[in-house]
Amino acid sequence: MELIVASSVGVLTAGGVYLILRLRSFPVILGLALLSYAVNVFLFASGRLAIDMSPILSKYGGATYTDPLPQALVLTAIVISFGMTAVLVLIGLGAYLEAGSDKINVGSGGEADRDGEGGS
Amino acid sequence: MHWIIVPVVLPAMLAPILAFVMRHDMTLARTASVAGTVVLVAVALGLAALAGGGETHTYQLGNWPAPFGIILVLDRLSALMVLLTSVLALIVLIHAIATGWDARGRHFHALFQFQLMGICGAFLTGDVFNLFVFFEVLLIASYGLMIHAGGRARMQAGLQYVVMNLAGSTLFLFALGTLYASTGTLNIADLGARVAEIPPEEAALVRVAAMLLLIVFAVKAALFPVQFWLPATYANAPAPVAALFAIMTKVGAYAILRVHTVAFGPDMPGTAGLAETWLFPAAIVTIAVGAIGVLGARRLLPMIAFSVVGSMGTLLIAVAAFSPIATSAALYYLLHSTFAAACLFLIADLVISRRSGDSLSTESPTVQNGFFAALFFGAAIAMAGMPPLSGFVGKLLVLDALRMPGMMGWAWTAILVGSLLTIVGFARAGSTLFWKSTAVEVAAPQAEGGPQPEEPAHRAGPAEVAPVMTALAALACLAVFAGPVSAYLDATTAQLFDRAGYISAVLNSGGEG
Repeated sequence: MELIVASSVGVLTAGGVYLILRLRSFPVILGLALLSYAVNVFLFASGRLAIDMSPILSKYGGATYTDPLPQALVLTAIVISFGMTAVLVLIGLGAYLEAGSDKINVGSGGEADRDGEGGS
Repeated sequence: MHWIIVPVVLPAMLAPILAFVMRHDMTLARTASVAGTVVLVAVALGLAALAGGGETHTYQLGNWPAPFGIILVLDRLSALMVLLTSVLALIVLIHAIATGWDARGRHFHALFQFQLMGICGAFLTGDVFNLFVFFEVLLIASYGLMIHAGGRARMQAGLQYVVMNLAGSTLFLFALGTLYASTGTLNIADLGARVAEIPPEEAALVRVAAMLLLIVFAVKAALFPVQFWLPATYANAPAPVAALFAIMTKVGAYAILRVHTVAFGPDMPGTAGLAETWLFPAAIVTIAVGAIGVLGARRLLPMIAFSVVGSMGTLLIAVAAFSPIATSAALYYLLHSTFAAACLFLIADLVISRRSGDSLSTESPTVQNGFFAALFFGAAIAMAGMPPLSGFVGKLLVLDALRMPGMMGWAWTAILVGSLLTIVGFARAGSTLFWKSTAVEVAAPQAEGGPQPEEPAHRAGPAEVAPVMTALAALACLAVFAGPVSAYLDATTAQLFDRAGYISAVLNSGGEG
């Protein structure tokens, strides 16, 4: 169990980091999504892995229970990362449509023109 | 005592109303947004007065007691930061309205209020996971503000900014997971109590978490290895937004101050010397990067952005000492550099909108050339740290606080040489923009700012100049009242370093909520 969780976090993180270092926005967005999956699993495991236990103290089930807090944290993290990914996709799409290419680099740094002054 | 949560709830309630009810009526939206921000300033003043008594006030959300529920903590430091945020927001908002920036895209005011909610929340919260949530709130609003009004360069820079910060958020979550796994709590006060009990030989995981958190906050504060997002972002953001972002780097500095004194303090056996070891050299390189960037920039906005990087270096070099006297100096410099950066961006906006672009080249002089030159000069000497404005006092305090062996040589050299290079950079930019421009056209030396009928640029009205003047006046006030301000900041720092007081105030609070 621990081995599966740990190695899946590792593989997801490695894949995410590799994709983030790409030059085009689509792989970078995929990489960030993979990283957020990795961190969700990691957060879930931070409350210790306990199998077949309820996240609340039960009158009938004995005194053992699994830590509910990481589950709440993961839920928050999932919601936030989902929303952020949606925003990122839209901004990436906007940048692609404006610039005509999905390169992640800002064009030749110095004289990047400010043609958007007039409004959209 | 529900006032503590008002800086979070007020913008949070106002923003949806602005977005859904008032989106078709710009006048109404402007009025509501300004009114909301004015109320926020008033509330922040009230909270500062409340915190000025020296007590640490807490607010338990949902009345759940401290380590279990989320808690908001109001002490002098957070009250000061909320006040700074609200005053800066009012200045920036009036500038954005007067120059018409808010009408160049949609939902400026709603995003602006959400941004304020996130920033105020980040300053008030006493829980690291809640800090993460407020970071996300302020970031998602800042993404919208950053690409406000669109444009190719802005969208591409915005994409970079979002990717950078999403990676930072992921790192933040990894840090929180590690922290929770090793200590079992995410409340800052409770963390402080528990980390203190961990012996050094078992503190490896906590040290990893502390370092990860430091990196995350360093991303926000634009510290050296992770500062590269800032120049592109600030230079391509709309100028009023860049001025508001002046407070965002300070959120990172505040988080380092709060978390790395209370939770991973320098006197803890497990994490002693961790932050200062890395923060100090990184801050020195940050100053160098900022100064070289100022000298090398060919456009006005990147130059100001690099001067912000340099000022963050100066701020964090003082933070890195983690001593009360240096922290007090850092807080003074924080107040100063926020207003100085905002003021520079606002002036740059006024100047650029009357020129063909923001490249540092000579053109025929704009209307009110001398007036803008004087404003730019004032803000530039504040940012560079020349007397008589507060930058000089701030740098003097920082230099004085860093008179300790092992630090003094490096810190003094970096700050003084960095200041010199910044002065040279700003002097060159100012003379190119305002002085040499008067020699371009033969008919140039006209009456000061006499309106030319064929000139498309219009004269800056009082509403456009007022925000800049207010920011400059704030800088002057900081310099004139440096004595009382530093006395207040000394008290603030004493409260910040009183870890036992903070912990007992939070954990034993009967709950004022």
